[in-house]
Amino acid sequence: MRLVVDLNKCQGYAQCAFLAPDVFAMHGEESLVYDPRPDPGQRERLARAVAACPVQAITADGLDGSPEAAGAR
Amino acid sequence: MTQDSLVRRITDYASRADPYPVYRELRRTPVLHEEEGGPYVISSYWDIEALLHDPRISSDAANLAAAGDDPLAGPEETGGLPPSFLRLDPPEHDRLRRIANSGFGPPHRPHRIDDMRGELREIVTALIDGFGDARRIDLVDQFAYPFPVTVICRLLGVPREDEPRFRAWVDPLVANLDPGLRQGGDEEFERTAREARMQLGMYLAGLVEERAKEPRDDLLSDLVNSRGPDGAMTMMEVLSTAVLLLIAGHETTVNLITNGMLTLLRHPEILERLRHEPELAPRLVEELLRYEPPVQLVPQRTCIADIEVRGVTIPKGSRIWLVLAAGNRDPERFADPDRFDPDREDVQHLGFGSGIHICFGAPLARLETQIALTELARRLENPRLVQDPPPYRENAVLRGPRHLEIDFDGLRP
Amino acid sequence: MPVDGVERLRREGRIVIVGASLAGLRAAETLRAEGFTGELTLIGDEPYEPYDRPPLSKAVLLGKAGPHRTELPRRRELDATWRLGVAATGLDLRAKRVRLADGDEVQYDRLLIATGVRARPWPKEPEARLDGVFLLRTRDDAAGLYGRLKAGPRRVFVIGAGFAGCEVASACRERGVPVTVAERAGAPLVGALGGVIGSVAADLMREHGVDLRTRVTVTALEGDPAGRVRAVHLSDESVVEADVVVVSLGSQRNTDWLAGSGLGAGPRGIACDAGCRAFDFRGIVTDDVFVAGDVARSPHALFEYQFLSLEHWGNAVAQAETAAHNMICGATDRRPHLWMPAFWSSQFGVNIKSVGVPPMGEELMITQGSTAERRFVGVYGHKGRVVAAVSFDNTRWLEFYQRQIERGAPFPVEHPTLDRRPGDRRPVPADFPDPSLPTHAAMVTLSGYSPADTRLVFHPARH
Repeated sequence: MRLVVDLNKCQGYAQCAFLAPDVFAMHGEESLVYDPRPDPGQRERLARAVAACPVQAITADGLDGSPEAAGAR
Repeated sequence: MTQDSLVRRITDYASRADPYPVYRELRRTPVLHEEEGGPYVISSYWDIEALLHDPRISSDAANLAAAGDDPLAGPEETGGLPPSFLRLDPPEHDRLRRIANSGFGPPHRPHRIDDMRGELREIVTALIDGFGDARRIDLVDQFAYPFPVTVICRLLGVPREDEPRFRAWVDPLVANLDPGLRQGGDEEFERTAREARMQLGMYLAGLVEERAKEPRDDLLSDLVNSRGPDGAMTMMEVLSTAVLLLIAGHETTVNLITNGMLTLLRHPEILERLRHEPELAPRLVEELLRYEPPVQLVPQRTCIADIEVRGVTIPKGSRIWLVLAAGNRDPERFADPDRFDPDREDVQHLGFGSGIHICFGAPLARLETQIALTELARRLENPRLVQDPPPYRENAVLRGPRHLEIDFDGLRP
Repeated sequence: MPVDGVERLRREGRIVIVGASLAGLRAAETLRAEGFTGELTLIGDEPYEPYDRPPLSKAVLLGKAGPHRTELPRRRELDATWRLGVAATGLDLRAKRVRLADGDEVQYDRLLIATGVRARPWPKEPEARLDGVFLLRTRDDAAGLYGRLKAGPRRVFVIGAGFAGCEVASACRERGVPVTVAERAGAPLVGALGGVIGSVAADLMREHGVDLRTRVTVTALEGDPAGRVRAVHLSDESVVEADVVVVSLGSQRNTDWLAGSGLGAGPRGIACDAGCRAFDFRGIVTDDVFVAGDVARSPHALFEYQFLSLEHWGNAVAQAETAAHNMICGATDRRPHLWMPAFWSSQFGVNIKSVGVPPMGEELMITQGSTAERRFVGVYGHKGRVVAAVSFDNTRWLEFYQRQIERGAPFPVEHPTLDRRPGDRRPVPADFPDPSLPTHAAMVTLSGYSPADTRLVFHPARH
């Protein structure tokens, strides 16, 4: 799984950091830090985070389990 | 207001089961101002989105009071308590919300909600097991209400067995938002609400004092003991925050879950899909937040400057209603907006609002609803609606069924 | 090209993308998404598939992401030929061929140039070669620097207080590593945000224990007999002992390979029209060569048609998408690249974001919050219009200001705003340095008005 967050869109709502706290972390009140290649064990949490982003800023691939699958969202 | 006034039709109970035709009409006049002193009603997606991020729009209860009486805004912030952060502007809003958040989520408590996942599942399982041999349930009374109440009680540190006590105070507070009853012009009613808020505050004050002396791992302890860079909350601030979280923590989630199950029962193919494909839940819940948002409109904003929306000048000091549920069905924003489609690629909804006042408990509400709907879909055999539409609560803002009777053939393990 | 030509191009044309980073990847994906089924080749000088760079100066240095684990997610299958680890070395516009470092040539019907920028090196080569001296642009740079930071150096010295330099300093402080930052201007970030905001950033740095030295330049890097950097000499004659030096002097555009090609390419990038089509050096637009990302310089209608070079992540994505679309459509279906400039930086726990073009602003006013609290929105004005805004931990308001810029809203901002503090009613000079003096930090540069400004005889300038 690979992911990237469009930090121009990101407004620090932290939904991802609540729902996948081992992938996304708030750094201060508003800055987001994340692991761009999370552990496969984080798949379900990552999917929740991607769906929940209020500004739909997270792009991830490999969410359906096949490492080569692309265009997850 | 005339009898056909659209504002009147929003609040009218006859619209409760299906307000969407009214919203559709509303969007034809994206900035609707029906009468002098009445609210400016904003119903298109992009306008609502813009105003939620507009620094000329205030949430301050004092500005609202100055703008005159509003049937929907409700005197929530009474009963001797100061306004909660929901009804404040920056910098006070930001300060109080940061302190409240420091016990709730990242950056200070990043795992708090995630750590509750197992507990949420246990509560759901116990409630569903509790249906026993019944083949008909009222989803609201037996599931959608007790679930979030149990959760918010645990999170705050309010004893679950006190629920009947605070229920007696919460009910009139929430009902006070009910325009139908308020427009009955019943001052007695308002007094009851004020009294209830005071009682609830006093009840919580007892708990908070205990936590100040002997902190536990709960949000009340964190609220009263917070000593971060923003300093401490005053006792009154702690109480009004606690009242807000207690009420908002379940009154909206009950509707989200109930609206969700109702929507699934009206779309049995999607219900069946969720049963086999639980990974659908996160996106399904986002679509639900678009399709049937638990908070239909934000009636508490005013503008502190003359602002122009679509060529209409809204004068400084005016009240503004942002009809989130109408924006969520705006065809200028969403293709085929009246279709419930959990596969929708583009679902940037207004269900939790946006901007600085975005729903504080959103991550918890999301998890609760995802787990609740997945488990209901998985365990109820052949569930069917008994009555469609079901009976609704009076409330036009916090809209949802009062009862949702479901027949089913049995429980899967 | 007539419509049937476009159809044939979409079906069986050959598209070559030079530059296999963010812009190149997103362009390739867009081409496929829009129905291009011909041959697609991506050429990249680094031996890696496209990876994301912003984390390299933030999460990677903090150990929260692996330096070699920032590959970009794919939006879709590409079905492309990848030529990675091979730089493009030349372009023949007439023959429509790209020459590669390994001697190969690749034929194209449409070419997209997305070669981006590289870090500006320390100008004295022997000093630059000292062990412990780092640039920070590639993942290999980041891996090297991270290794040193993890080992706990005595002191890190950062040359240049632009965004990258400040982010490195922030990571050092968070790791407990002593750090000195030297900046030629009077404050950090002045090129990008001006002196007023720069002084806020300076206070923030100092509060976090950074030894910040302004209005100084580095005169020499001193090595020990083993060839390791030992100390940094400054123009004020002070000497700072440091075992790691990070050279953060901005960037240079990767256009050298285009020298003599006839394209309007030089140190300021490659000029293109609003539809991302490259100009040749005569100022005539080409039909088959497109440009996107950091290396492009294109006119923006909202900013007086100034040619903007934007080293911004979001610009790379948006311009790549526009370029890709325009590469495979008929003339009337082309779209202009009208992206609103925007960037972010995260340092010392504060989220800094901006929209518009701050260096265009002569004046600044704080419309919300307080600079003393490091939570505010500042608005930049130019000729009575709002042209940019910056926020420190106040990003949720920024889209309002973006709309103000788009609408050419009046400046000063007279209307009341929430959280307006007394004393912030009037604008002050934004205090940008003289634009004729290059600074370390400018992320947006304004360079000329129109293609007609380009000299008819093209002299590639020195970097």
